[in-house]
Amino acid sequence: MRKVSIIGAGMTKFGERWDKGIPELIAEAGVRALVDANLSGEEIQAVYGGTMAAGRLVGQEHIGALLADAMGLNPLPSVRVEAACASGGVALRQAYLSVASGMYDIVVVGGVEKMTDVSTGDATIALAGAGDIEWEFFSGATFPALYALIARRHMTEFGTTEEQLAAVAVKNHENGSHNEFAQFQNKITIDQVLNSKPIADPLKILDCSPITDGAAAVVLASSDIAKKYTDTPIEIIGSAQASDTLALHDRESLTSLKAARVAAENAYKQAKVTPKDINLAEVHDCFTIAEVLAIEDLGFFPKGKGGIATLEGETALNSKISINTSGGLKACGHPVGATGVKQAAEITWQLRGEAGKRQVDNATIGLTHNIGGSGATAVVHIMKRAD
Amino acid sequence: MVEGIPSIWRKIPNRYRLEGNVCETCETAYFPPRVVCPKCRRKGKLVKKRFSGNGKIYSFTKVYTPPTGLELDAPYHLAIIELSEGPKILGQIVESDDKKVKIGAQVKMVFRKMKEDGNAGLIHYGYKFKVID
Amino acid sequence: MIGIVSYGAYIPKYRIKTEKIAEVWGEDSDRITKGLGIIEKSVPNVDEDASTLAVEAARIALKRADIDPQEIDAIFVGSESHPYAVKPTSTIVAEAIGATPHMTAADLEFACKAGTAGIQICLGLVKSGMARYGVAIGSDTSQGRPGDALEYSASAGAGAYIIGQKNLVAEINGTYSFTTDTPDFWRRPGQDYPSHGGRFTGEPAYFKHVGSAARGMMERMNTSIEDYDYFVFHQPNAKFPLRLAKKMGIPKEKVTPGLLTPYIGNTYSGAIMVALSNVLDQAKPGARILVSSFGSGAGSDAFDITVTDRIEEVRNRGTKVKEFIDNKEYLSYGKYVKHRRKLKM
Repeated sequence: MRKVSIIGAGMTKFGERWDKGIPELIAEAGVRALVDANLSGEEIQAVYGGTMAAGRLVGQEHIGALLADAMGLNPLPSVRVEAACASGGVALRQAYLSVASGMYDIVVVGGVEKMTDVSTGDATIALAGAGDIEWEFFSGATFPALYALIARRHMTEFGTTEEQLAAVAVKNHENGSHNEFAQFQNKITIDQVLNSKPIADPLKILDCSPITDGAAAVVLASSDIAKKYTDTPIEIIGSAQASDTLALHDRESLTSLKAARVAAENAYKQAKVTPKDINLAEVHDCFTIAEVLAIEDLGFFPKGKGGIATLEGETALNSKISINTSGGLKACGHPVGATGVKQAAEITWQLRGEAGKRQVDNATIGLTHNIGGSGATAVVHIMKRAD
Repeated sequence: MVEGIPSIWRKIPNRYRLEGNVCETCETAYFPPRVVCPKCRRKGKLVKKRFSGNGKIYSFTKVYTPPTGLELDAPYHLAIIELSEGPKILGQIVESDDKKVKIGAQVKMVFRKMKEDGNAGLIHYGYKFKVID
Repeated sequence: MIGIVSYGAYIPKYRIKTEKIAEVWGEDSDRITKGLGIIEKSVPNVDEDASTLAVEAARIALKRADIDPQEIDAIFVGSESHPYAVKPTSTIVAEAIGATPHMTAADLEFACKAGTAGIQICLGLVKSGMARYGVAIGSDTSQGRPGDALEYSASAGAGAYIIGQKNLVAEINGTYSFTTDTPDFWRRPGQDYPSHGGRFTGEPAYFKHVGSAARGMMERMNTSIEDYDYFVFHQPNAKFPLRLAKKMGIPKEKVTPGLLTPYIGNTYSGAIMVALSNVLDQAKPGARILVSSFGSGAGSDAFDITVTDRIEEVRNRGTKVKEFIDNKEYLSYGKYVKHRRKLKM
């Protein structure tokens, strides 16, 4: 296996992009990544794209071809990857494998979702497809409801409080306020979260990531040629993915995502690092409780201590470990297929030292954690600034 | 989302009367029925089993923002139920006070309308649960 | 021997008080409560309809019986609020209780007496040997036009009876029907609410048919009022059955155990089925019951029934009518409108 590095990254502003469709969004992010990597385009050999529900949200399938076309990269082979909200992360991993295997030297990975063309109710239904349609959605389960079921168990088993969950949102909005690409750049308070509209008890609207339009892209190259294009290649030193039951109720435990634990373990093993070595992580906080599970499953905090650690500020920028410096899914926004790629872009900028006001001091090793559905897919990447 | 007619039809035994299956090799019960026992794989032997519908609440939430089509039902309780025969199942809890809907509460299955495909389409029926006093 | 092997009734949890409806239409609630004898009526939940009620009643009946659902060879569901105009309710019930596929099923409609029509059909099938067990269900989530007199009474409930020849909780000694074409109440296709003949629904319809069937039954059995412990009459309101009893010289106390309209309203096809269940919930072995149903249009089915010793063994296995009546939650008129899906979304 060859070593693989990220040599360029780009993203669109996340948010309600009323004036842009999928082709415009992906082209905007793709061009920025190519410019960032100092590429003209001819060097690229393949395109990978993550998108979850274009068919339901805008009626468009055949996204692979669309991506290559929109970015002006025909006739390159182009593959669309779907793994619900982990589509972007899994696309990144497929692209990584294609370069690591020696098949390609340089590839581009994009992620995109256009979510605001439909009503919130219809978007909710499209997202429900990430869970088990036949045995969860049939009974009236929405995504917030599934994570609410997780939250209730976590609160019961470990004494996690609604205030601790709210602290996740407060911290991510704080980080998002320093990110020009973030959907929400406003700061919020714990009281605001606690008093916001109930969605699926105990989760309130400010515990939930928003419905977002957006795209992100990164360019991968074999590490041995990466320096030709950038002074600061970011090497992917660990890449792992795992699966679990589609339905939440089929899991042995609700308070930990087994797929995330397995993926993390394998990624750490490949990267030859431990959780202590990680300076910062972009984790999948589709709901506040999801970030609590993430920082426990990744080994940053003991099981059951993620909530209190967050409330005590241990995950804030430049604290014990900086979690979701981009603002996370909560504040930066969650265009589902783009999220996994955006996480990689954020880590790239952080490890290069280009993150401005939200820069983590001495950032050397970063991690991305991207979850599909209620935990049926988990993909973890570990990245390091090449020496 | 409109579920296709054949899809509704083929799940009638499961949704109307909680028909699942049990692996005779490892005695694990499954709802919905599985084609392969994930524990025994090729050594598994799956046979039909009808569940009692009795169980207890493992986790619960109250849904205030329903998907399109369930506006009249909201807000509703949704729970993961641990059936007395073993498997866990997701279902709505109906006609039970907030105070009674808690982890460990005993529930029984009831037969309810799940949703309607508009005024002219099919009516979907299935299981929901109710807290036993 | 032929008769009732088991029985089960179901009443939804929700109620609306007569006064809450009267208030909306500016009516004098005392006058209406006294006039109809209805204090409150049952209202189905948003997710309930005639088939879900029928399934719940049938499941209780099965719980009280020692039979394998696969031995049920016929199911008939009578209703005037079948969820589908075309597509049977009875097949939904049959699947839900596990009686399919070696059996027959059909839906019936005869205003409020479609349930007792089912009992008669089951009696015929069982007696002829065409069925080991037959299930007859009367189930309705009936609706009255907002503001109409029927809005105070039209309610929801179901009763299910397993008819067979072994392990009877009550023997059916005989049945007799009285039928004419009398247009007192009807609903045309595509109409949400029924129409009725006002006071015409009384003498020429209800009283003539229910009374004639009851009297005809007694003539055939060569019995008199003294031979019966209970009289169960159809009950569109609380006034009619009591007035009929008075006319026939039946003591009130033989009628009231089977008179539930004051507490749940008129459950239409469910009415006589639920009322008889309430009598079976309390009758002593040996008690004799005369039942006379009524369906507008019009007809009455009468039954002469004797309770057996087995009743005491099985009745506690299932939820009793009284428990359903007592387990209630009141709705405002607004919530009632939502429950009955009168809101156009």
